[in-house]
Amino acid sequence: MQRPSLTIALGAALLVAAFGAQAQNKLKVGFMLPYTGTYAALGTAIENGFRLHVQELGGKLGGREIEYFKVDDESDPSKATDYVNRLIKRDQVDVIVGTVHSGVAMAMAKAVRESGTLLIVPNAGAGAVTGAMCAPNIFRTSFSNWQPGFAMGKVAAERKYKTAVTITWKYAAGDEMVEGFKEAFEKDGGKVLKDLTVPFPTVEWQALLTEIAATKPDIVYSFFAGGGAVKFVKDYAAAGLAKTIPLMGPGFLTDGTLDAQGDSAQGMFTTLHYADSLNTARDNAFRLNYAKTFKLQPDVYAVQGYDAAQLLAAGLAAVKGDVSKRNDLVAAMEKTRIDSPRGPFTLSKAHNPVQDFYLRKVEGKENKVVGVAVKGLADPARGCRM
Amino acid sequence: MNATTFLVQCLNAVQYGLLLFLVASGLTLIFGAMNIINLAHGSFYMVGAYMAYALAPWVGLYLGGGFFTTLLVGLLLSIALGYLLEWAFFSLLYEREHLQQVLMTYGLILIFEELRSILAGDDVHGVQMPDWLAGTIPLGSLMTYPVYRLFISAVCLLVALGMYLVLSRTRLGMAVRAGSVNREMTQSLGVNIDLLYRVVFAAGVALAVLAGMIAAPVSSVYPGMGNQVLIICFVVVVIGGIGSVRGAFVAALLVGLVDTFGKVFFQEAAGVLVYLMMAAILLWKPEGLFRQG
Repeated sequence: MQRPSLTIALGAALLVAAFGAQAQNKLKVGFMLPYTGTYAALGTAIENGFRLHVQELGGKLGGREIEYFKVDDESDPSKATDYVNRLIKRDQVDVIVGTVHSGVAMAMAKAVRESGTLLIVPNAGAGAVTGAMCAPNIFRTSFSNWQPGFAMGKVAAERKYKTAVTITWKYAAGDEMVEGFKEAFEKDGGKVLKDLTVPFPTVEWQALLTEIAATKPDIVYSFFAGGGAVKFVKDYAAAGLAKTIPLMGPGFLTDGTLDAQGDSAQGMFTTLHYADSLNTARDNAFRLNYAKTFKLQPDVYAVQGYDAAQLLAAGLAAVKGDVSKRNDLVAAMEKTRIDSPRGPFTLSKAHNPVQDFYLRKVEGKENKVVGVAVKGLADPARGCRM
Repeated sequence: MNATTFLVQCLNAVQYGLLLFLVASGLTLIFGAMNIINLAHGSFYMVGAYMAYALAPWVGLYLGGGFFTTLLVGLLLSIALGYLLEWAFFSLLYEREHLQQVLMTYGLILIFEELRSILAGDDVHGVQMPDWLAGTIPLGSLMTYPVYRLFISAVCLLVALGMYLVLSRTRLGMAVRAGSVNREMTQSLGVNIDLLYRVVFAAGVALAVLAGMIAAPVSSVYPGMGNQVLIICFVVVVIGGIGSVRGAFVAALLVGLVDTFGKVFFQEAAGVLVYLMMAAILLWKPEGLFRQG
């Protein structure tokens, strides 16, 4: 009896040792995303997208297995510093992927600038992340708020509209998108007559709709999201303005909200770096694979998560998974050309995507592509010294 | 600003004020009659909006559909909900301090939010309005006004009138007013105060649910919608004088005016104007515009 049990014990010990060694070898990826609250669906889509690409690569990045750590950031900027430090200090992750909310992303960027941890932002559009706060270890695979605004301003000017009124929530994302719109629109001869704002997140703007009606601009540019976007588009149509003054905005005004907006959104033009029916081989393959794996339809957030994994994979492949070669890793990530479902893109010097922005039109329950608003649009990265 | 624009803005202000009154009326009733600070009031508003969204298919299937049938079913459910909540939670709070009431009702907010997330998900949904209210009427050449908004205003006026009549002209109203002044004395005069409070609370919940259901077609339903109305409701109640339905009515119209014209003339300060007004009124009249009654 003695011999077999000894063998088993020895075997077990060896197994534990092997397992331990392997665990140490795993690449630690920390997700800091919203898993509860208004943005819960977005957080899940981003994580799904990331995991999908890892799965396509056989579950490994740069030849290393991956261990995931997860923190629910609750989209609460006041808790962001605590939460990101859990990943940095307690879990000592190699790379952080997050997040959706711009305020939280700013706190994360600040923390990784101090710790040097690699950060990939898969959604938050705050200009400063790849502007004043830019750093070699901070990347973004989504967009800057300025980009969709600029693309729409260009389209509006090309279509010979002369005057515009903007309306948005009074906070960073709204201000930055309006700035982008204004810059392009006024450069090409348009004039913004009024910038209207309501405090975030109130949804009472009947007074401002009356202002718009009295001002009589050629077009209105607006940014709202979620419930606010639904209500604004409906109120705008109910006020009888949609027929005489076209409403335009970034894609967030009509993405994931068309069911609730119903008829009032029909025919609206928006700009975004993704659309429902790109109908490219790359996008179709991605959509099919995603739908099969998660039994869900992918959206722009899933694409951004997927591309975060592609970006990281490209960097790690160049250093064969050795994250200690930080300079080579960053250099490889900077140089890579991501074959994204949205269409291929590269990164700017400040690490923000240089990408095509599509002009989309609402038809039925889809945001259909009608053309490319701006090809290869790069964020100006104001304030970045890199 | 020309005369037409000015008149339309006045209409906007009154219309917003009336909606505020409808949402705040239940709060001031519960606050005034029972001396309970009910932070969960916004959650009841949210429950109402989600009921308008979720009940419609069921009502269509079993009761032949219709906006008003849905409204009726929702109101009956909300009265049951209010009755149950008063029995299970709020009846334990009358003798406690306000801080404990705040803590418990805050807990209820979290519970309702989580239940909402589990039962209805985190997506934004639209609610159909009845066809005959879906039209618009032109206001000069300026813009059109949705009929449904005017319908909301009419409902608000009816509710205000109904509350005034019940509280000032009926036996029930008298008992409620007496109970709010002195609970023990009212009880010793033979009024079943426990039952009375249960009824008042259920009525308060029903008013919030009514507001949510009526507002749902214009506001759509989305997570966190209850917390947005909660703060402005408290502003209305505090300005009006705690427990005064008349005060809440006047205060709601005042807030509507200040908010509307604030957004037009002082855009940068639009977020704080209402609160500045509240501070000014409280300095002038620390108990609000109207004492109880």
